[in-house]
Amino acid sequence: MAEEKERKGEKKYKYSVIVPTYNERLNIALIVYLIFKHLRDVDFEIIVVDDGSPDGTQEIVKQLQDLYGEDRILLRARAKKLGLGTAYIHGLKHATGDFVVIMDADLSHHPKYLPSFIKKQLETNASIVTGTRYVKGGGVHGWNLMRKLTSRGANVLAQTLLWPGVSDLTGSFRLYKKSVLEDVISSCVSKGYVFQMEMIVRATRKGYHIEEVPITFVDRVFGTSKLGGSEIVEYLKGLVYLLLTT
Amino acid sequence: AMKHVVKILSLLVAVSAFWIVLLQAAIVPQSHTWLLPIYFVVSLGCYGLLMVGIGIMQFPTCPQEAVLLNHDIAEAKDFLSTNGIDIGTY
Repeated sequence: MAEEKERKGEKKYKYSVIVPTYNERLNIALIVYLIFKHLRDVDFEIIVVDDGSPDGTQEIVKQLQDLYGEDRILLRARAKKLGLGTAYIHGLKHATGDFVVIMDADLSHHPKYLPSFIKKQLETNASIVTGTRYVKGGGVHGWNLMRKLTSRGANVLAQTLLWPGVSDLTGSFRLYKKSVLEDVISSCVSKGYVFQMEMIVRATRKGYHIEEVPITFVDRVFGTSKLGGSEIVEYLKGLVYLLLTT
Repeated sequence: AMKHVVKILSLLVAVSAFWIVLLQAAIVPQSHTWLLPIYFVVSLGCYGLLMVGIGIMQFPTCPQEAVLLNHDIAEAKDFLSTNGIDIGTY
């Protein structure tokens, strides 16, 4: 009975998956395949917001459009790298779904969790479903002790200062009701991962119903990106900004 | 809507008022009461460190996910090359 209702619910709603890309020529094809694999009975569209990648990402997207259909994969590119927040806003303008999913293109977010996001939302009628790496059932692979320490320290600090109502503040694998995303994103001004924090904290302050689902996060990029002093300073500045303005 | 920082400051004001009352009333010896804020800050610091330590020990990891992901990537590449999408060497 519940299963049938759920299936009816899945068919009734449409989901827009926004994937910002920059030099993700290889990953974008993989992720599109996996999204189609795991959302077989779902009405959805993928919106690729590419910031003028020089590696030919857009050419690959066009080939994917030939394969899967231009109504299923939308390429809404921009001329150059303009930042994540504006990428979401740009993608939102073209989204025709009732719900919007945001996720990274580098396969750290696995599309196999998309059904669990959808299910959680249908079960609870939440305005936002956010993926969390820090609960049982979730997890991270590819982080050394130092990285775990900074992540944990940052999280404890943020929890103490902000009472955000979610366990994973900087995560960017989320499902929003389209109107909720439009509302929240219009009031956010930060950049980078502080932007993700600002989104979820503002949503909590506005009283939106937020649910979490566990996700696993395979970091294949960590070796190349550094978490240095400047990142820590940016984070602390972001915390103070959120403390004072939300 | 009340800003979060206002909520926190109100809490601090309430706790401070309670502390001052405690000082005036002298139910507890004043020498002890004067030290309460220090005890509070130190406890908060210790609690924070404890939470970080526990969090690191219990940090959920998922090494098997890397293996699964490699399988998925292989499956995807296979499908894509069969359908004429060339993403080259990886």
